[in-house]
Parts: sequence; structure tokens; C-alpha cells
Amino acid sequence: MPDATGLELIAQAVRERLGESVVVGTSFHREAATLEVAPEHVADAVRYLARDADEPFEFLASLHGCDYHPHEPRLGVHYQLLSRRRVERLGVRTRVGTDDPRVPSVVDVFGGANFQEREVYDFFGVVFDGHPDLRRILLPEDYEGHPQRRDFPIGGEPVLFTFNEDQMPRWWEKRSGGWQNSDSDSENGR
Amino acid sequence: MSSAGGGRPTDIPYRERERSATLERMDPGTGEGIPVAGTDVELESLEPETELFTINMGPHHPATHGVLRLLVTLEGEYVRELHPLVGYVHTGIEKSCEDQSYWKAITFVERMDYLAYYFNAQAYCMAVERLLGEEVPRRAEYLRVIHCELNRISSHLFWLATAMLDLGAISMLWYGLRDREMTLDLFEMSGGQRMHPRYFQVGGVIEDIPPGFEAKCREFCRRMPARIDQYESILNRNEIFLRRMKNVGVVDRETMVDLGVTGPLLRATGDPWDLRKASPYSAYGEFDFRIPVGTVGDNYDRFRVRMAEMRESIRIIEQALDGLPEGPYITGNRKVALPPRSELATSMEALIHHFKLVTEGFRVPPGETYAAIESPRGELGCFVLADGSAKPARVHMRDPSFVNLQALKPMGEGGLIADLIAAIAMLDPILGGIDR
Amino acid sequence: MIREKVGRPEEFRSRQLRAQQMLKGELEGRDLEQYVEERVLLTRLAKAQDWARANAIWPLGFGLACCAIEMISVIGSPRNDLARFGAEVIRFSPRQADMLILSGRVSIKMAPVIRRIYDQMLEPKWVLSMGACASSAGMFNNYALVAGADKFLPVDIYIPGCPPRPEALNYGIIKLQNLIKGQPDQSWRERYRAEGTEEVA
Repeated sequence: MPDATGLELIAQAVRERLGESVVVGTSFHREAATLEVAPEHVADAVRYLARDADEPFEFLASLHGCDYHPHEPRLGVHYQLLSRRRVERLGVRTRVGTDDPRVPSVVDVFGGANFQEREVYDFFGVVFDGHPDLRRILLPEDYEGHPQRRDFPIGGEPVLFTFNEDQMPRWWEKRSGGWQNSDSDSENGR
Repeated sequence: MSSAGGGRPTDIPYRERERSATLERMDPGTGEGIPVAGTDVELESLEPETELFTINMGPHHPATHGVLRLLVTLEGEYVRELHPLVGYVHTGIEKSCEDQSYWKAITFVERMDYLAYYFNAQAYCMAVERLLGEEVPRRAEYLRVIHCELNRISSHLFWLATAMLDLGAISMLWYGLRDREMTLDLFEMSGGQRMHPRYFQVGGVIEDIPPGFEAKCREFCRRMPARIDQYESILNRNEIFLRRMKNVGVVDRETMVDLGVTGPLLRATGDPWDLRKASPYSAYGEFDFRIPVGTVGDNYDRFRVRMAEMRESIRIIEQALDGLPEGPYITGNRKVALPPRSELATSMEALIHHFKLVTEGFRVPPGETYAAIESPRGELGCFVLADGSAKPARVHMRDPSFVNLQALKPMGEGGLIADLIAAIAMLDPILGGIDR
Repeated sequence: MIREKVGRPEEFRSRQLRAQQMLKGELEGRDLEQYVEERVLLTRLAKAQDWARANAIWPLGFGLACCAIEMISVIGSPRNDLARFGAEVIRFSPRQADMLILSGRVSIKMAPVIRRIYDQMLEPKWVLSMGACASSAGMFNNYALVAGADKFLPVDIYIPGCPPRPEALNYGIIKLQNLIKGQPDQSWRERYRAEGTEEVA
């Protein structure tokens, strides 16, 4: 892993190459180096680090999202870059708010970012500009909401205990609407 | 049969995509006139009109390993375009993990890649241990390596069984499952359950191996190489198998690296990238094993790489059993690991620790980390974001099958449908890991 | 089906002689009647049909998640072999199968697909919900799963476990066979002498 000084050198190189406002911060925690970048420049930073840097990180190990609620800006997109020659990992992080979560896409740098950016869009709602086919990948495509955000309820059914079992309708009782009222020709006498 | 709505099959709205076939007519090529011999007359080009036929290899299909849905655009028998649609077994495991304490999230995370359950737990435990700054005792590391390598063998055996079933060599199903039963017996001895035993814990393993485990494991290691030889001899000299595998589904190394593919798929193209050797984690630095690497990058190389990996795993297990050190099997830090039950009768602190760990769980100082290991399918990474409470704020597994699935397009397009089936088989996707 | 006690050599010889006599047409009167009685079973057509259906269930090859691995272990493994119970053939087409083993978690995207497959199966058909995730939500009580397949399918047998052992799946299939034959296992009702409390659904 690049150590703390190596991380600062990388941050310095990115600042020199792309501008002062690109790098927002660095973080070195438990021997893992993370570079925080402004959202609108993240594709340029990743492209620089992957191709043009003196010590390039040419492999995208992972692209994932994160919700830092209640710290603003909430949504984080993480890029785990890997240099296979030197076996070093660098994390690049960018944070956007929920009001306009747009991040440029890195599909032209790494082809493998295709599915992973779709997953981040699916779960967090981060729109990747320049992605060829941005639609939901794991949830049904007409699903509403972005489940992995922290304020999305976990869903599921309430668990029946003795204190609330009289409030929950039983499976044999008719509820208003729902599947039980629709007739099905394969009801085996149930 | 209406024509496809101009463009890709994925442009059809989601609920209407259930139509199982669409047909699109391609323009016949404007060929030159064909001269008729002996005259100066030319006939018009007799090229037939070609049609592109989009079918749906639906989520329920005998050959897709799990519920993988493919929209395949065919020209005759040739695959022109391929769109994988996933999400049919999406379980929201990552969301559920945010509701559980760190210790309980191990059971959730184990069920992602459901053939390599120890690897999921290993990646997650490594990430949490890194955040805690916790040291794992050496005996626990060796036990983890033994179980991981046994799981690698059982995962490859299951891959062998089902992949050969897809290709038509149905005997391999029986042989592969027969040997897999031996590994499942070993898992049942140590962990109590054949699949998803909650064996790996943060800080070590939950329990030491029982007395008969080592003997049975050595017996297994003694028997397996001969069995692998038998399987290779069934398949390697089979003309049909070789014709179906060789030079089929060739993807070159640069494409694989660009797509982020790791594991046996990448090693089959000739790239010796294996996290066990590149950045040794756990106790892998102390063992002597080789990395099998292919040459061409076709389906046959992927097959050979996995068979050779099974042999190397047996070597690792034997070395680990020989060098198994004495010592504790879980960290002694009572704030993280449960105290042994015998102490609960005598020590008040042990009782308090036990109570705190079971009800609330241990707290992890704020931070985030990404830990990567080498699972049977590639690089399995776990990202954990901790916010100081007893529950993780985000657990994300970088699943190798999810990223490797992007390689299905270059592997399958341009070939026949049968080659597509072989490509899916050699890709070894696990839909639980893809969908999470 | 009459099972004759096999094993004693003198009995075997006498049976052989009797079979020879039968073939030559030499059995008369009482001997002939006894011979025929030993080989003819009188029953109702419904019972015979149920017996045939129970012992020749064709499962649909339908695996969703981790329970599918254990299901393949039951159907395909040499150790636990479902073929000895009559389920010799696994058909992958729903139109040719009897029993749907729902092995694995039922997600909201997959539920309509399962319902379509169930509708395509021909009567009589049975559904076995294998594992905790198909019976209830399992351990995943969240937005992405349908909490139990019985929300949209009639389920006959529930098999708990995560994943259930292959022996548990075998036990469930035997229970299903008894259910088909019309003698459902009373299990706890037998132990607690609670006959008469069955809910006839």
C-alpha cells in the first residue's frame, strides 16, 4: 500500500496535473490510503491515476457506493484502484449530496465499471454521466426508491409476537385488495 | 411476431420484455450479380434475407447456473448480441447487514456466494479485524486456511459437476458430488453444518477442530489426487470434449484486465495474478504452492486451470496440517470474542463480557476499509464502513462473479448457442454472489 | 403388492414347483384359487392412482439459491439419491413435471416468474417449500424478498433448515408421498393425541 507520504505525493501530483480544487482531502487509516476528490473531476482523476501517473494504478478492483448519512454530503462513491505491478491499492472517494447526485462515468477508462456503476445507481441513485446504459440492474427496473440509502426502510414483514398478533391480519382473512381477492384457477382448495 | 422496437432488446420496456421472441429483418446484402456461365446475363444476387431472432433464455433454465436471464439475439445459430439480466435472487443482504451486529452479519454475508461460504466470511472478518486492529492467533489462521482450501476444492468440484452436466458429460455430476460429500463431512465435523456453518468469527474461528478431523482430512488428501487424475483422464482424452473446449470462447488478456476480471478466468489467459501470492493474507505466505496459468485463454485453459488449482489446494492443506501450531483458536480479547463457557462460572468479568457481546456486540471505531481475498472465482473484496456503533454502517462485497459476468459478452458473442452454454459453464457464475 | 418372504430354500423350491404347475395348467380347484389370491390385489382406482402418483413424482429442476445446492445433493448425489423414492427423472420443463421444489430465496423480481412456472405445470402438482427462505422470509426480513412462497402459491410441505440437510429433504418428500397416498403423517398430533384438530384447508 502507498504509505502516508506516498499518498501525499500522489495527492500532490494530482493537484499539479488537474488543478488545486480537485483533491479535497487524503486519509490514511489502518494502512489503507484514500484520496478524496471533488465529484465533477473524479473521472479525470481516475483516468490520470490509471494511465498517466508515474506509478499508475491500472486495475479497477471495485466501484461501490456508500451512504454517510447523517454526515453531508451523503452519498459516497468509492473507487478501489490496484496496481498489479507494485501490488498497491489506492482508494479514491468522492461524495455527492442527494439533491443533484451526478458523477462522471469511468466506463471509458475501465470497461468493468459498467455493471458496478449500474449497481451504485440502482441502490443509491447516483447518476453517472456518460454511462452507455444506465438502468437498474438488481432490482426490478420499475422499482421506486433507492434501497441502500440509510433512510430507506428495511421493509419486510412485521414479526408476529403474542403482543401484536391480534393486530395483524391472518392469512385466511380477506384483506382489502391484494392477491387474495383475485381468483386463481389453481387454488387447490386453499 | 413483431419486430424489435429499433435498437437493442433492452430498449423494450421492462414489463413487456416477457414476450419471448422478437424478430428483426436485416437488409439483404447488395451483392454483385452472379454471371450465368456461357451467357452474358447476370442474375441478381441470391443471398437470402437474414433475420435476427431475439430469444429469452429465461431465469428458469437448466443451463444457466442459478437464475441468470439472457437476452440472446441470434442469427441462425450464431449469437450476435448478448444481454445478461440479473437480479432474480436479489436478497438485500447488504441492507440487512446494516441492521445486525458485526457478529451476526457473518451469517448474512456467508450466504452471498453460496458455494464459497468460508471465503465470504473470511473477507468480512478480515475487514472487521483490520478496522479493530485485532490480531488473529496463528492456529486460527492455519485453521482458516485449511477450511478455505477445502472449500475451494469443494467449489471447484461442484463447478466440475455442473459444468460437465451442461456439456453433456453427465457422469461427472455423480463423481464430483461424490467427492464433494467428503468435504462436506469435514465441514460438518468442525462447524456443525454442511453449508454455511458460522465457523469463522471476528478474531479467529468459533471452535477448535474435533479429534478425528485431522485424520479424516489427511485421508481425503490422500485420496483426492488419484480421483482428480481419473477425472482428467475421462475428459482430457475425449475428442468431443476437446473439440468443444479448445479455441472456443477466447478472450485476450487485455480485455479481461479492462473488465476487471480476476480468478481462473484471468489466469487462463496467461496472467499469473493470484492474491494468495501477490499480497499474502492470513497464513498463505508460509506455504509453498504454485499458481496454474493457461496460455490461450479459451475454455479448455479455464478447465485446466481449475483442475490444477484443486491439486495445489490439496498441497496447501497437507502443509497446513503438518505445520498446525498449538495455541488459542480465537483472539483472547474479551471485548471482541466470547469467553470460554467454563470461565463464566467463576469470573464476573467474563460474565459481563459475555452479556455485552451477546446483547449488543462489540463496537468498532469509525473508519472504512476494503479487504480482498482470492476466492475460487476471483477477487472477493469486502468493504466495511464503521460508524462507531455495534452495527456496521455499510457492508459491501465486491463479488467476483458480478464483475466476471461482464466477460460473458466477449466470450459468447460470435459463437454458437452451444458455445454460449459452454461459456456460461466455464465462467462459473454464482448468482447469489451476483445478486447479493 | 404381495411380498413373499424370501430366503428359505425349501420355500423357494415349493414355489418353483407351483409356478411350473401353473404354467403347465395343472393347478386345480383350491390350489388355483389360492395361487390367484396371492397375486391379485383389490383396491379402489383412486387409491391405486394415488399410490402410483406418490411413487413416481417427477421434480421440476428449479434451484434458486443455496438450498438448490442441497437439493442437487439429494437428487444428484450418490449418497442421498432421490431416485430410490421414485423421483428418477428431473424434468426441466414445467409441463412435464409434478413437483416444484422451491429451493432458495424468493425475491420480488422472481415471484411472477415462479407463478408463471407453477401455472404451466399440469394437475396434479405439488409444491415443496424447501428451506427457511422459501417458507417464510428466512433470515432476510427485508424489502427484497417475498416473505414465503405461500403468499402466491399453495404450498403442501414446508421443510425448515438453512439449508436443510439432504436427509431433511428426503423426509419431506416422504411426507409428501404419504400426503398423496391419503395418509398424511400426523406427527405431533399423534404424540399429543390431538386427532381431530386438523385444519382441512
